[in-house]
Amino acid sequence: MNRPLPRPTAETKPFWEGCASGVLRFQSCALCGTVQRIPRSLCAACQSDALAWHQSSGLGRVLSHTTVHRAPTPAFRGEVPYVIALIDMDEGFRLMANVADATAAPVGIGSRVQIGFREIDGVALPQAKVCP
Amino acid sequence: MNAFVTGAFDTEVGELPGSSCMGLHAQAAIGAVADAGLKLPDIDGVLCAYSFTEPHLMLASVFCEYLGIHPGYSAAVQAGGASACIMIMQAAALVASGQCEHVLVVTGDNRLTGMSRDGAVAALAEVGHPQFERPFGISVPASYALVAQHYMHETGVTSEQLAAIAVEHRRHAGRHPKAHKREPITVEQVLASKMIATPLHMLDCCLISDGGAAVVVSSRAAARDCRGTPIEILGAGQGHTHEHIIAAPNLDDFGCKASSKAAFGRAGVACADIDVAEIYDSFTITLAVELESIGFFERGEAGIAAERGDLGLGGRLPCNTHGGLLSYGHSGAAGGMFHAVEAVHQLRGRAGARQVDGARLAFVHGDGGILSAHCSLVFGAH
Repeated sequence: MNRPLPRPTAETKPFWEGCASGVLRFQSCALCGTVQRIPRSLCAACQSDALAWHQSSGLGRVLSHTTVHRAPTPAFRGEVPYVIALIDMDEGFRLMANVADATAAPVGIGSRVQIGFREIDGVALPQAKVCP
Repeated sequence: MNAFVTGAFDTEVGELPGSSCMGLHAQAAIGAVADAGLKLPDIDGVLCAYSFTEPHLMLASVFCEYLGIHPGYSAAVQAGGASACIMIMQAAALVASGQCEHVLVVTGDNRLTGMSRDGAVAALAEVGHPQFERPFGISVPASYALVAQHYMHETGVTSEQLAAIAVEHRRHAGRHPKAHKREPITVEQVLASKMIATPLHMLDCCLISDGGAAVVVSSRAAARDCRGTPIEILGAGQGHTHEHIIAAPNLDDFGCKASSKAAFGRAGVACADIDVAEIYDSFTITLAVELESIGFFERGEAGIAAERGDLGLGGRLPCNTHGGLLSYGHSGAAGGMFHAVEAVHQLRGRAGARQVDGARLAFVHGDGGILSAHCSLVFGAH
């Protein structure tokens, strides 16, 4: 079983294209201003389709984290233990990402992280690193 | 709500070699209909949920064909662990509105012997968001672990206190002759069990079992034709805030707050009136946040309450008296139905060694996804 990789849709394409070029992007509603938690086609607050893309600073704070010891599928067996974090980004959107080098710099709730990118099978995935 | 549970039945549960999803459905259905003192042709509505081992777009039609019944209403409901409660709420609406007289609500799956453990875990992982969660190796336990880590950080609750929840569930299961796991466990054993996703250990997680369960929901008038003691559905409510954990409004409060408020409001009762609670316990953390969001305990108090014995037989709130998903068994949608069936046993005074003295009011709750879809029910002895 292969590792599940994102298959971009029309509304998420700018996000994944951004990742491929080393840029983290997020959306906000041009009508009501709501920052969207994850890329969407309609505003989660007012259902407008006027969603604008912006570039993120890539900085955020860990809302929660877990170290996975039991892989969900064989594709992740070679990676355990690995860390998954939920990150509240400074601009107000949220990201799930693996944390790189978590043994070197332990991650905690409230840790400041910088988002970078990691390429897997030709796809760039966001990856968090604890800020020194 | 002008709706009554008139029949309830659960099959054997645990490792049942040779069982099948539809076979367990049929066994549970026949048992519940017989318990109500009805015959299969009396059933004019059927609700099914979903299956891991025999998935189908039209599970209720597959079931009716399998059993050889031809109801006037048939549909399947898919809301993960909330399915059983949501189906009972839907059945209540069908009989109260006069569209049906007796609705059979049936669940079952051979999740243990019908698929590998890896298969079960992998199937569950597919509930993660395909683009924004699954590429990072999320699983259902890992999602709940994110909730648990945050909860422990905010409240100071310890792994020992969460483990006390698992220990009490095993104690309950020890009093149920059919429970999948009955041998007592200790806090130390929970903490020493294999780490799945920090801070959740193997024994913080529910079982994977074969089993089936069903209830019959009847209108007020039709309930008089039934043999079994009817249990009134006094209130029901739902709460929905998100599907994927990344989209949860926050990690502190969940839809169980709204669902229980609606159910209590319709029933005209409050937390303090409840004699016995049967609440979805896919993980120890699941039960802790539900007990607190619903209002049975203050924030951060559920684990301490479990250590004190509050959730035990004779405690302040006997909870999951059959042993719950943690120790009685978890067979897909039937997992949530076991809670409802146990509430019926309790309110009929037929729970044997685990009977809560004088139980008149029961609270039943289901949670689907990652604390995503919630349905609460209040049952009353009639």
